[in-house]
Amino acid sequence: MPPASSLRGTVARRAVVTVNFLSRFTARGSGTVIGGRVGLAMAPRLLEHLVQGRDVILVSGTNGKTTTSAMIAAGWGGVVATNDTGSNMPAGLVAALAASKSHSAVLEVDESWLSDVLNATGARVVTLLNLSRDQLDRANEVRQIAERWRLLLASAQGTEVVANANDPLVVYAAELATSVTWCDVPTPWTSDAVSCPHCTQPLHFAAASWSCECGFAKPINVATTLRDGLVVRGSPLALDLQLPGAFNRANAAMALTALSLVGADLTIALARVNSLSSVAGRFSLRRWRNHRLRLLLAKNPAGFAAMLETLERDDSNVWVAINARLADGHDPSWLYDVPFELLRGHRVFCFGDRRLDLATRLDYGNVDYVVVGDESLIPVSLEPVAVLANYTAFQECRERSNAC
Amino acid sequence: MSRKIERVLTIGLIYPELLGTYGDGGNARVLCERARRRGIAAEISPVGIGDDVPDASIYLLGGGEDGPQRLGADLLRRSSFSSRVRNGSYVLAVCAGLQILGTSFAVEGDDEFEGLDLVDVVTQRGETRSVGDLVVRVGERDLVGFENHGGRTTLGAGVEPLGRVERGRGNDGAVDGYQTTNVWASYAHGPVLAMNPWFADRVLERVLDLELSPLSTVADQLYEERRAKLLG
Ligand SMILES: [Zn+2]
Repeated sequence: MPPASSLRGTVARRAVVTVNFLSRFTARGSGTVIGGRVGLAMAPRLLEHLVQGRDVILVSGTNGKTTTSAMIAAGWGGVVATNDTGSNMPAGLVAALAASKSHSAVLEVDESWLSDVLNATGARVVTLLNLSRDQLDRANEVRQIAERWRLLLASAQGTEVVANANDPLVVYAAELATSVTWCDVPTPWTSDAVSCPHCTQPLHFAAASWSCECGFAKPINVATTLRDGLVVRGSPLALDLQLPGAFNRANAAMALTALSLVGADLTIALARVNSLSSVAGRFSLRRWRNHRLRLLLAKNPAGFAAMLETLERDDSNVWVAINARLADGHDPSWLYDVPFELLRGHRVFCFGDRRLDLATRLDYGNVDYVVVGDESLIPVSLEPVAVLANYTAFQECRERSNAC
Repeated sequence: MSRKIERVLTIGLIYPELLGTYGDGGNARVLCERARRRGIAAEISPVGIGDDVPDASIYLLGGGEDGPQRLGADLLRRSSFSSRVRNGSYVLAVCAGLQILGTSFAVEGDDEFEGLDLVDVVTQRGETRSVGDLVVRVGERDLVGFENHGGRTTLGAGVEPLGRVERGRGNDGAVDGYQTTNVWASYAHGPVLAMNPWFADRVLERVLDLELSPLSTVADQLYEERRAKLLG
């Protein structure tokens, strides 16, 4: 980078830190995005400037970005710059990088921004988890994103791609990349990829594979497998996570694969990943009034399906909170794609701006529900109650509750 | 009700993997439950992409992305679906489903694709995408919903719209959808029947040829809340 623009970069970097400090100090914002926006306005190439001399791993996909990034950051060890607040567009990335001079950085990136971010950072590794519907009223239809990723990765030199071999849209996106490490991890949600991205014929799914008549199929040369046990590029690893659910095991497999590509010691990384118990407030135990809550974030049908799988099959109360604000997508139609029937036997307390949409969905699914009016009347459970919330509803739950 | 009910309501949910982008399967659940709660046996038959289209009381067609919409239209053209609809089977079609039943539709740029030609309706690419709340005046009632599509639909002479647009765009900013003796179509996508219990019952009464007893559910509150919010 020529000196003039480097100076501009340095000035802009100071601006990010200053604005973030002021934003936190005046309590006007969370101090991540506002500073980033100011910095980007001052130096469009700030991201490029900020990653110089660092090893960068990017993580993208519809579900699991934050958890996988946290696993990579923890497993890598030492100081790792990371946007762990979930601000995953350029402004948030700039803010995270400006706040740390670490040698390594792991950034979760919004699916729509991956091209810009990869071009700016020239990351060593890009990890692609999955692609399914999210916030549909923004019209980022998933196939368009897969198409854009494909064009990007076909020309990205010097970047290693870690990709989920069980997600046909991810395979379509990554198959032209010069270096791909395929991960064979459980991916139950494939409803968004039933027609072949190459020829639109129906894809055929079998127990451990999928294929199309045109020849498009699950890659054979998988390097990481997660079946009875985890094997990362030839090394068997004893996965024993604190975090719940099959989807977190898949996230861990992909995180450890990414770490193996930057030379991390997998035995140490595994121990660190195993001991993670909470990610950005998710899965953590919180207190609100007399209730103890276990907060679970789920933003779309695939995410909800994964979270519902982690609940015990008992008669406990479950709270679900649904909003439909800008960050959630304004249309809660997707509630009808969530297998809420799994909640039969529980009593579900409906919260959030769209609690009547939720109650209607549960009613048609013959699930016992209560529309919450007076919050002081909610019965207190002996065991912590599971709270499933979509994006802004989750933020509200965090803000209104305290750590236990 | 005194009348003895012998009919079974069968709901043919067409290609949920292709035409189910916006929770469209919800409409099938709603019809099924509202029938069952009045003592009418009802079942949902999902029609998969390799299956033949079975006989059903009503078929549901939902929304889909461009590629799946084209594939859905191609598969339906090769099936018995069109002849069944010409013979009077009922259809509720939303979003992409609305476009597929017409003579042609445009997706993926300006390419034009052949529809099933069951209704004299043409869909072209609109200048902008319509994403947002939709309210349609249907007779004396309001239909509330959400639209997300890039189509501009023109009705042929004599094709009756479903209703007049009160908010949103629908077909062209003036009217939304269409209705024939056995087809209802709207751009209000996804679980439009969940949000509009009165409309769900209107469809059921026509399909079953029965007068239904009133049914009070939480969906009534949802409908009143949405209607007040969107028109208030
Ligand atoms: Zn194919």
